[in-house]
Amino acid sequence: MPKLVSHPDEVKIVSRRFGMGAEKIDRYLALGGYEAVKKCLAQGPDWIIEEMKTSNLRGRGGAGFSAGMKWSFVPKQSTKPKYILVNGDESEPGTCKDHLIFLHDPHAVIEGSIIAGLAVGAKMGFIYLRGEYRYLLEIMERAVADAYSRGFLGKNIFGSDQEFQVITQTGAGAYEVGEESALMESLEGKRGVPRIKPPFPAVVGLYGGPTVINNAETIATVPHIITMGAAAYAAIGTPRNGGTRLFGLSGHLERPGVYELPMGYNLKKMIYEVGGGIPGGRKLKAVVPGGSSTPVLLPEEIENLGMDFDQVGKAGSMLGSGGVVVIDDQTCIVEFALRTISFYAHESCGWCIPCREGTDWLKKTLTRFHAGFGAPSDIDNIQYLAENMLGRTFCPLGDAAAMPTIAFVKKFRKEFEDHLNGKPCPFAREGVPQLTVV
Amino acid sequence: MNNPNANARPESKSVFSPALAARFDTLVEKYPARRSALIPMLLYAQDEVGYLSDAVIAEVARRIGITELEVRNVASYYSMLRFKPAGQYNIQVCTNISCMLRGAYEIYERFREELGVDGEGITSDGLFSLEEVECIGACCWAPAIQVNYDFHDELTPGNVPSILSQYRIQAQGKSEKTKRREQGPSGP
Repeated sequence: MPKLVSHPDEVKIVSRRFGMGAEKIDRYLALGGYEAVKKCLAQGPDWIIEEMKTSNLRGRGGAGFSAGMKWSFVPKQSTKPKYILVNGDESEPGTCKDHLIFLHDPHAVIEGSIIAGLAVGAKMGFIYLRGEYRYLLEIMERAVADAYSRGFLGKNIFGSDQEFQVITQTGAGAYEVGEESALMESLEGKRGVPRIKPPFPAVVGLYGGPTVINNAETIATVPHIITMGAAAYAAIGTPRNGGTRLFGLSGHLERPGVYELPMGYNLKKMIYEVGGGIPGGRKLKAVVPGGSSTPVLLPEEIENLGMDFDQVGKAGSMLGSGGVVVIDDQTCIVEFALRTISFYAHESCGWCIPCREGTDWLKKTLTRFHAGFGAPSDIDNIQYLAENMLGRTFCPLGDAAAMPTIAFVKKFRKEFEDHLNGKPCPFAREGVPQLTVV
Repeated sequence: MNNPNANARPESKSVFSPALAARFDTLVEKYPARRSALIPMLLYAQDEVGYLSDAVIAEVARRIGITELEVRNVASYYSMLRFKPAGQYNIQVCTNISCMLRGAYEIYERFREELGVDGEGITSDGLFSLEEVECIGACCWAPAIQVNYDFHDELTPGNVPSILSQYRIQAQGKSEKTKRREQGPSGP
């Protein structure tokens, strides 16, 4: 069972009901659940979308796109049915926040989906969970069944003339399916390969109908915004970055965990105070700020870094999924880079050549390099390969693999050079199998 | 027209248990398009049968109304789906970054020693298989593993023997239950 943590600096909004038994519908209702959707039924779609825009809620999956804007792109009139699609294919290494939402507050996901449906005129929503989250899917399915039995879902929700149906869906192991167009392919029973954009899902999405796709955390935040008021929510964060975020602190920390902190919270403080600092008196070597696809940052780069989309972007990385991975000074960056690229090579769907071939060659080169058989030219070659993947693929997986690789080489060139000429890895640990040439 | 249903024999015996077959009857009607049931069906079929056998693929194709080739094409994309049996308890050790930093390879190594199997191997009693997997979404409670669908988190190599014995006991309980049911007065 995942441990729940807390820290005095937390502002609990999305995580407000964690650990309070809110997966049971009566408890959820007692804790103010399903009040937001009733308010939305009374206020109407235009009001909901305005509230969402005012809240400055930006997509929690990683792209950071304004949720209100996304909803407003859905055409009012459509000959095809419109859909809401909740992305719970949480697979970005370093990210486990949606895990807790599905576990502790599944009704917030349902309520947020209904509100999204009311806003854009969709009568059906899908909640897609990654295949590994079977026990969470069962919790989610129980919650959906309970919501139906109370009349919160179905033909006439809450006794109104509005219809909203929810269907849960399981994946079967694929990082790429977390990309919105691949997610739609998967839900249609196909291989999860991305679609070319435009058209964007808001216009042509699931089964050809206009579709709103939001991350599970984004959707779970919606009812809270409606309840507390969009302006109040926006005021918690920094300009253009509304509210709070579930930050997943992992890696070399005394107190790893998922913490809900205001947008713009200082990264250094997040590591040393919220996460309790690095064990064993070791020093910080680097930090991956938003899931494994975001470029690594050095200690000197995080001194005054506020964790919001704009500030982390300015620092040359990305806020991404909010998965902060802390790396201590006893870690081999070449090994870390190799493990990162191995993941992307495994997960590349193979649709676009720069990604399929690029991730594979990067993995091969880094494997050889880490084993001590690297050539000096490899270092520039790794960078050259990675740079040539950028922007040349249908979906961002190619970029997600290239960007961190470029940063590892640029910021830790010396460490790459130390692996040259058959020298053993300076960080080799006893009892740990060293990756060997395949 | 090449109608994949042409050769379907509705009276043919299902490879699935009556309960699962009934579940599939509902599942294909649940979505705006039948084919959306494909991935869940494959996963649930695998949970029951152990892997995607030729018979499973044929029946899933027939139920959805697509060709077996289309089913194989989709199934081969998803890493949780397999075409060969695994152990009764498939141990999946996450070695991605957050777990790696907290000792995932040491955990994997310990399982390997205890079981004497390597990547995708099965123990001789058929009880366990071991594989290294990508991020399972338990980064903040690393290092973590999944045994079938159960999560075990915040592990040290020292936890490995007790996890294995937990599943050995579970397997024994299951086989005794089956034996009792078979010997029972009402029969199977």
